[in-house]
Amino acid sequence: MFIATLVSDQEAASGLELLNTPFMINALIAGTLIALASGAIGYFVLLRDLPFATHAVAHIGFPGATLAVLLGVSAVFGLIAACTIGGLAIGAMGHRARNREVVTGTVLAFATGLGILFNSLGSAQTNLLTNLLFGNILAITTDQVVVFAVIVAIVLAVLALIGRKLLFASVDPDVAAARGLNTRALSAVFLVAMSLIIAISVTVVGVLLIFALLVTPAATAIRLTAKPTLVVALASVIALVSVWGGLIVATYQPWPPSFVITTIACVFWVLLPQLARLRGPVAAPQIATQTASS
Amino acid sequence: MHDVAVHRGKRLIWSNATFDVPVGSFTAVIGPNGSGKSTLVNLLLGGIKPSTGSIDVLGAPTRTGNPEIGLVPQNHSLAHAGSILCRDLVALGLAGTRWGVGLHGRDLAATVDEALAAVDAQSFGHLRFGEVSGGQQQRISIAQALITKPRMLLLDEPLSGLDLAGQVDIVELVHHINHERGVTVLFVTHDLNPLLAHIDSLIYLIDGTPEFGMVDDVVDSGLLTRLYGTPVQVTRSADGCVFTRTE
Repeated sequence: MFIATLVSDQEAASGLELLNTPFMINALIAGTLIALASGAIGYFVLLRDLPFATHAVAHIGFPGATLAVLLGVSAVFGLIAACTIGGLAIGAMGHRARNREVVTGTVLAFATGLGILFNSLGSAQTNLLTNLLFGNILAITTDQVVVFAVIVAIVLAVLALIGRKLLFASVDPDVAAARGLNTRALSAVFLVAMSLIIAISVTVVGVLLIFALLVTPAATAIRLTAKPTLVVALASVIALVSVWGGLIVATYQPWPPSFVITTIACVFWVLLPQLARLRGPVAAPQIATQTASS
Repeated sequence: MHDVAVHRGKRLIWSNATFDVPVGSFTAVIGPNGSGKSTLVNLLLGGIKPSTGSIDVLGAPTRTGNPEIGLVPQNHSLAHAGSILCRDLVALGLAGTRWGVGLHGRDLAATVDEALAAVDAQSFGHLRFGEVSGGQQQRISIAQALITKPRMLLLDEPLSGLDLAGQVDIVELVHHINHERGVTVLFVTHDLNPLLAHIDSLIYLIDGTPEFGMVDDVVDSGLLTRLYGTPVQVTRSADGCVFTRTE
């Protein structure tokens, strides 16, 4: 129903038939691409203690998008440029910034303020604001899908190449550096990859709901399994189910997809670890005896 | 190490360091907080360069990524390492410097099993690093350091946060590794007591210069009182052990 309101011929537009409309196909492809990348990115975001940084980078992307529109460029390119700069800035601040939530929060607020300024100087579209803040997966164009596919392919290829080194540098930075890994370079490469995926994820769930796609699925998966490759795969599946679920539910209900996507991700986060505990009570007692016997 | 001085930024950490640590020895590195113990570790790992002088480790100049030196870092951060399996953390010590993804492979698994067995950690290798006790975490860290079959082991405050029994366990384990494998051990600590029964020598950092000495020659009330900045007494018991006591 939410989607039906966007289609001019409302009589013909109902239920699953909508899945064949061009904007729905774009939405499904874009959502799938982002879900595939968000599993791996989300895992390293958690390992590297960067959840707040993802939030900050998304907010820094916001003025980039409104400035781009003000200058007559596509909002997506503004997002990509500003997020990447934001990610690199966080990398440049290094360990000092990670614990300084006040610094990050202040920059985040300032960026959001700038975003509103640029928007008011331009067309002052509330539509643009809503789409940026809360996402609008149904507004994704075919051109954007192509850009997303290229970005996701590059990011996944890079992560496939550096994954093991990045894992070592993330969980064990001191030993990784001692063993000769360039932890700073790995960090910079990851932050750029993360920023690119944040930029394109903003189009789906928006600046304010970025957590639901980039952090929550990985946080759910990491509680279910400890194997790095499994966490990544599971997180991607959870993100994928959230996005597809959001789109399908939106064909029947008068709810925006962003709401359904975030809700599914949150429900998984709450319920899946509980279900896993019910099914296999192995983990907890074993830990207790191991610790006691040491 | 010959006439080495080291700076962090513009601040002189220590200087005039000239000593040789015998290969195969078990040496404690001791000094007050901020005296540059971790700097010494970092220097040996090639992470920082001396501002003057020269250092050779195992017959070669220091360099980063030397697999002949195993590091047990000060504290594995549980926020970062806590979620992964103990055995995966050990596996990263070997495979973590290679391109690609995944920690699979039969060869790797066998090598990890071997490293876990060397520190008697087979029973908890399958648990998450954050779920095991502090002493077990140190065993895993040591297994990780041993997996490259290093000729030298650097341990940076491995006893911090452990109770007395846990401290004795780790010291016994390190002694065993030193003794059985002939691995040269540098053991950074701020408390000498748990180590005294096993170390041959120590490097002590006081007044801006690291100095080296054999235990029997240098451990006396005068040195320890200078080190700790509080009166310390040395007592020799019948079985040759030395105990120090703060009054």
